[in-house]
Amino acid sequence: MTTETKGRYGKFGGQFVPETLMTALQELETAYEEAQQDPAFSKELDYYLKEFVGRETPLFFAERLTKHAGGAKIYLKREDLNHTGAHKINNSLGQALLAIRMGKKKIVAETGAGQHGVATATACALLGLECVVFMGKEDIRRQELNVFRMELLGTKVVSVDKGSGTLKDAVNEALRYWVSNVEDTHYILGSALGPHPFPQIVRDFQRVIGDETRKQIVEHEGRLPDAVVACIGGGSNAIGMFHPFVDDQDVKLYGVEAAGSGISTGKHAAAIAGKQEGVLHGAYMYVLQDEDGFIQEAHSISAGLDYPAVGPEHCHLADIKRVQYDSVTDQQALEAVQLLSRVEGIIPALESAHAVYYAVQLAKEMKEDELLVICLSGRGDKDMQTVRDALGGQSI
Amino acid sequence: MTKKLVTQAIVQCNEQGDKAFVPYIMAGDGGLQTLKKTILFLQEAGATAIEVGIPFSDPVADGDVIQQAGERALAEGITLRKIMTELASFKEEVQIPLVIMTYLNPVLSYGLQSIAADCEASGVYGLIVPDLPLEESGLLKEALKNSEVALIQLVSLTSPAERIEAIAKAAEGFIYAVTVNGITGVRSSFTEGLEGHLERLKAASSVPVLAGFGISTPEHVRTLGGLADGVIVGSAIVTALHEGEYEKVRTLINASKNQLTNS
Repeated sequence: MTTETKGRYGKFGGQFVPETLMTALQELETAYEEAQQDPAFSKELDYYLKEFVGRETPLFFAERLTKHAGGAKIYLKREDLNHTGAHKINNSLGQALLAIRMGKKKIVAETGAGQHGVATATACALLGLECVVFMGKEDIRRQELNVFRMELLGTKVVSVDKGSGTLKDAVNEALRYWVSNVEDTHYILGSALGPHPFPQIVRDFQRVIGDETRKQIVEHEGRLPDAVVACIGGGSNAIGMFHPFVDDQDVKLYGVEAAGSGISTGKHAAAIAGKQEGVLHGAYMYVLQDEDGFIQEAHSISAGLDYPAVGPEHCHLADIKRVQYDSVTDQQALEAVQLLSRVEGIIPALESAHAVYYAVQLAKEMKEDELLVICLSGRGDKDMQTVRDALGGQSI
Repeated sequence: MTKKLVTQAIVQCNEQGDKAFVPYIMAGDGGLQTLKKTILFLQEAGATAIEVGIPFSDPVADGDVIQQAGERALAEGITLRKIMTELASFKEEVQIPLVIMTYLNPVLSYGLQSIAADCEASGVYGLIVPDLPLEESGLLKEALKNSEVALIQLVSLTSPAERIEAIAKAAEGFIYAVTVNGITGVRSSFTEGLEGHLERLKAASSVPVLAGFGISTPEHVRTLGGLADGVIVGSAIVTALHEGEYEKVRTLINASKNQLTNS
């Protein structure tokens, strides 16, 4: 795919959308470029990030986890401490402010785990915007309390029972809603996915994670880290964390996909591991699909990683081998939830636990004077029911 | 290569005083074996061309009716490859051009090298890819370059004037004028600015302009057909065929006939 350079990351990305959306995407691109030039926009966003979200988030030295692993010094970037409990609010607030700039008073969003839905519902309540969120029926079942949170925040949650009833189907339905209401509605896409300029916008609003980490690790250690680890569904926390380090060749970057029941079982969400390229939701990416080009369902215990593709910039970073992508199973993520809870007093989201598991294995192979940062993208409160069920429903 | 077979069919139809009528069907809805019967029926009933829809797992441009038809077809195990083979098997009996409507990913999986030749071998002279806007169309256009297969572009109500110019300039076969902001499906009314929009489109385009999305009654066919060179009817045809209401299909097609004297 080499036909068009705009919004491309190597051969990945692009704008594969119905014609009705092209004008909206071009408007968004222009509005975003203008916002980037306008100091008042970043000043307003910074104000809300500090006073409302609680940034900056700490970069915490995980001393007992470091001892447990017995290798590199492990730091946790505490995105779980953001208001609403995950990194998602960074992007939701940024895009909600952008919508207001564009004169759009209505917001549509999709959500998988519910974290992006809650973050968007929160931003809309804060800024007085009308909000509708599409969520797969299966995810509504898994994340019942997040549905209630969104409703409490004044958002309308619409159940999607088409297809597999998960994140990909929620994106389909949000896109259909956007096509039908494009003149007064902005679509706040929650991951570094979709047609240009979404992957770029989401990355830019999330890069605050990496920018802060860079500054903080230098304050703590006087130098940059040797390794940075983040989990990947669509890839928004990871791209936000990685992006400021991409040009630092000495900082090794690791993206962790969800291996579900195991790659060999076929029940997983590891699109980069699958190595098949295709088009989904407006972008050319690595996509889980069958030989006829039909998109396959992803499988992961964590609803937030349960997506059959990976954002285009990650696909490119995988292709040029700047980031190493590996995967962690449901079972391993569950182990990591328990480990981090016990040794650090932090209950991580199941998504982030994939990164924790991988990082602990990686740290063991590193030297004691080396530094490793984990992006702890969210807190685990939302997953308590899932984790308890998976552990057999017993007290531990 | 002229890529004119689809264009010619529409122009000839208009010259006879009729508006073009292009029914959309979901290939494989009701099983692969019904495809031949359905196409031959629509040909006999007076269709100008037929838009053959390929089912897809994630049809973001489609409303409920076509989504459900697609799910029925997927449950029958229908794929682009199977449809191509089936169409080729009765090509000699089809005198009107077929146009395939498919999302991009199945075409990429099928293989860009063989798509043009296989379309021609199956009597398919146009491709409509709803998630392939002009900016991204280069690759498929290249693959179809030395063939009779036209890459048909959509124009929407939201397309600004300079975009309409660019799309019209690149147009092959016909221009698919989307008549609503939204997805496919039955609607009761259309926006007020539609008439002027279609007039501007016709003025800018060297190929015929067909109106589609939301057209579901004989009255819609007459009204919108009157504003364009013809119509595409999807959800209403899919529903009628699914329910075995063949007379409804004939009534819709007949509403496109003798249009020039009426309007």
